[in-house]
Amino acid sequence: MTPLHKSPRGEVLKHTDSFSKRHIGPNDRDVREMLKALGFSSLEDLVRATIPAGIRVKKPLNLPEAMSEYAVLGEMKAMSLQNKLYRNYIGMGYNPCVTPPVIQRNILENPGWYTQYTPYQSEISQGRLEALLNFQTMIIDLTGMEIANASMLDEGTAAAEAMTMAYNIKFHGKHGEGRFFVSQECHPQTVAIVQTRAAAYGIEVVVGDHEKFDFSVGNLFGALLQYPASDGALYDYSGFIEKVHGGGGLAVVAADILSLCVLKSPGEFGADVVVGNTQRFGVPVGYGGPHAAYFATKDEFKRHMPGRLVGVSVDADGKPALRLALQTREQHIRRAKATSNICTAQVLLGVMASMYAVYHGPEGLRAISERVHGLATLLAEGLSRLGFKIKYKSFFDTLAVEVGSAALPEIWNRAQSQRMNFRTLDEKTLGISVDETTSVGDVIDILEVFSPGRSTTQEILDLGSQGSERVAFEKTFVRVSEYLKHPVFNSHHSETKMLRYMNMLQRKDLSLTTSMIPLGSCTMKLNATAEMVPVTWNHFGQIHPFAPLEQAEGYKILTSKLESALAEITGFDAISLQPNAGSQGEYAGLLVIKKYHESRGQGHRKVCLIPNSAHGTNPASAAMAGMQIISVETESNGNISVEDLRKKAEQYKNDLSALMITYPSTHGVFEESIVEICEIVHRAGGQVYMDGANMNAQVGLCRPGDFGPDVCHLNLHKTFCIPHGGGGPGMGPIGVKQHLAAFLPSHPVISMGGKTPIGPVSAAPWGSASILPISLVYILMMGTEGLTKATQVAILNANYIAKRLDSAYPVLYKGREGMVAHECIIDLRPLKAASGIDVEDVAKRLMDYGFHAPTVSFPVPGTMMIEPTESESLDELDRFCEAMLSIRAEIEDVAAGRADREAVESVICFCPPAVDFR
Amino acid sequence: MAETQIPPDLLYTKDHEWAQVDDNVVSVGITEYAQDALGEVVYVELPEEGQKVTQNEPFGVVESVKAVSDLFAPVSGTVVEVNDVLMEQPGNVNDDPYGDGWLIRIEMDSEKELTALMNAGDYEKLTKK
Repeated sequence: MTPLHKSPRGEVLKHTDSFSKRHIGPNDRDVREMLKALGFSSLEDLVRATIPAGIRVKKPLNLPEAMSEYAVLGEMKAMSLQNKLYRNYIGMGYNPCVTPPVIQRNILENPGWYTQYTPYQSEISQGRLEALLNFQTMIIDLTGMEIANASMLDEGTAAAEAMTMAYNIKFHGKHGEGRFFVSQECHPQTVAIVQTRAAAYGIEVVVGDHEKFDFSVGNLFGALLQYPASDGALYDYSGFIEKVHGGGGLAVVAADILSLCVLKSPGEFGADVVVGNTQRFGVPVGYGGPHAAYFATKDEFKRHMPGRLVGVSVDADGKPALRLALQTREQHIRRAKATSNICTAQVLLGVMASMYAVYHGPEGLRAISERVHGLATLLAEGLSRLGFKIKYKSFFDTLAVEVGSAALPEIWNRAQSQRMNFRTLDEKTLGISVDETTSVGDVIDILEVFSPGRSTTQEILDLGSQGSERVAFEKTFVRVSEYLKHPVFNSHHSETKMLRYMNMLQRKDLSLTTSMIPLGSCTMKLNATAEMVPVTWNHFGQIHPFAPLEQAEGYKILTSKLESALAEITGFDAISLQPNAGSQGEYAGLLVIKKYHESRGQGHRKVCLIPNSAHGTNPASAAMAGMQIISVETESNGNISVEDLRKKAEQYKNDLSALMITYPSTHGVFEESIVEICEIVHRAGGQVYMDGANMNAQVGLCRPGDFGPDVCHLNLHKTFCIPHGGGGPGMGPIGVKQHLAAFLPSHPVISMGGKTPIGPVSAAPWGSASILPISLVYILMMGTEGLTKATQVAILNANYIAKRLDSAYPVLYKGREGMVAHECIIDLRPLKAASGIDVEDVAKRLMDYGFHAPTVSFPVPGTMMIEPTESESLDELDRFCEAMLSIRAEIEDVAAGRADREAVESVICFCPPAVDFR
Repeated sequence: MAETQIPPDLLYTKDHEWAQVDDNVVSVGITEYAQDALGEVVYVELPEEGQKVTQNEPFGVVESVKAVSDLFAPVSGTVVEVNDVLMEQPGNVNDDPYGDGWLIRIEMDSEKELTALMNAGDYEKLTKK
């Protein structure tokens, strides 16, 4: 019998649509035309001329056959339903909340917002810059601080960054002998992340009880406190903080954002840095992320603050305008001197949280906060009446309930059978956190679990109507200072106004919904709707990261499928999905290498070789991992100098830890010598870390696990379709060879990771788990053939642009057969010499033509790096090339003296017309 | 580009700091060559008065729009004066590197260390390499 799919009838019955055709921009006819223009007869020929023969895969990837969008969404739905929806009272920094539908649909589910890039080009970013400025204002007001950045990856890493900031302020960026105190009342994941970071940095961490801490030992450069404490207690930290200040240290407070609407702000009791999570401002818990964490401090420390910062400036007409500020603090400028490697943050989620504050306003937020506290108070009274002891008199939303060791398992089991999750604080104490979604009915249900059969309904309803105090905690904690007085938080409370405000901001910005964003090294490809759909399903969105694993079967299937697909694609043996961004992947990967050397009694190996063409994040990550950075020279053709590498490897052979290399190179070329480079490093006892930022040029064609690297990170927000969200979320999982698998990141709350792990690098076990469906859906819909073709077309598109522009703008670096990889660098320095018009003028002029500028002056000053990705069609590539050629003609007029530079300046150098900020 | 200025009466380090000796007090800045290579200076981090510095060791940091670089002490000693104006006007380092753009004054521990510094002629050769 002929198998059905091979019969003529089977052909007709096959699904008619194929997603890869929707994902890949050029159709077959376009591809043939482009190949012809480049002198090739097939995509395979093009690849043979581009990728060195020695590293090309010998057989296709072994991935499941491509499925249709419809079929994959069906499978994902079934997978999501394997997750069990419980009422979550676990707390620990993750609380259920209500995402206002108007924000869910118009921000989270809106490609006009989620496909934007980081707002480097202020002229076409005023919308999200304003939303981020609102975020910063909201954080400054609620924390009582003077300055706040535009989001961090999570609360745990924000706390770790605060520690290193305090360290660098104390020791002026040099190494010193100092201790950092961490209160045992902090969330356990925060404590563990801080410990991991401190160990790499050579900082001594003391975890303990802040009320018993012995200040006489001295050398304390900082302290971390949780407010309210992880188990719900409210402490007056002012005396402790005074003592920290007395010893010349800084006080860091990790604070719950909603509590600050009714509690005295940390700034008012002396904090120098305040960090926390804004998740409960309208962002789903999503099994741990993504959410925007925050970081606020005093003005005097602004140059030491990590992350991106939006500032108010003036435009060419003297009107107020927004831009990213103080960028010299950032890793891309500070390189090895950087104290943080954070690049991608959590912009989309920060925007959502700020919109939640815009939508509710100060009175609405206070009302939500008071109500949550009121429900906790009601629950506390109910439990007291049932004879249970509430451990702390003052609390905000979390109760520590002393039930005794005999009753605890019974109550726990009854809660499970009622589909409720509590937290076990110790063998006799349960923790219960209530939140915005909790109702009086839920409180009654909780009481029923504690004391079954004894109906408390009427009692509770009576209790709820009694009492005159709005808050039940001690007076010293009551917030009297005002917040969110700015008109933006007091104007958009009807849905119509809210809708129009968000749309007004969106219209000022450029996203993939209008044109291509050809940023080199950023891979701004299609973020397909089908990939995004599962993200907002409740069965993915409402799972608590610390829920018992058996409630998260769907996530288990998701992560294991994605891990095996990524392992197959990269050729590595094990994958960790924990790192929350590329920078985190680098840091995690280097720690894994460090731990590997230590495990072999080679802990002295600390030298990290980095080509001087590397992105600034590489040296910044190596510095954070406690490594000593040695630069390797680059040849004039852009390749790493094998001769210099050999010399340095020999010189440091006793101390060599790792080489960090980007492949294809930051210069957009597949270096022929990659295998030799890896061998040189291995022979000298080092490990090879591959920066996977350019993985979009490799998928299906070559695998790092096959040609030398021992570790690499993948930017899921580049190659695997997670949208950039205007500067986050991101995901930076790492792949490792078998000999490194034991060291992969773990988690203090959930059992996962390697056997002898480096510790956690992110607050949640699987990083930003709720956006992992995006990458899996992409892989399932593309299949081996689709993924491979996508890479081929990414290379085709880049070479097509290089070819069309080469005569007007010379392509700076090419490979062996004159080919570029998936991006190309064009040189504008000769034009500047001839006409005075420089690369930034051209970048701005491009915006007049409706394009986002390519990457400017990285990795070479005075150049542009263009990465079209496979998703852009031939029409769009031609439109871009024609814009570039037209600009070239305008420059020619200036160079030839046909046009006056001054007069042309009005066209080229004062464009695009400034967008009004207000 | 005009010839970079290298005043003949100053001493120089290989890291492009200049030193002007006045009895036992040494004024320190970065050379015109250095400021030109750095580009627009946006921030300078300097030590406090009374702090000890060591010859050839970093004493501060200069940040430009292009790069962040350490500042190296030409001699060992105690910082006796800091150019606080640079906190507000870091651009002075670009506009007047040998004048208003000075960084710190050091009371030196030993005159002998001066022999390790270059004269203008030798420094000029270094910048032409």
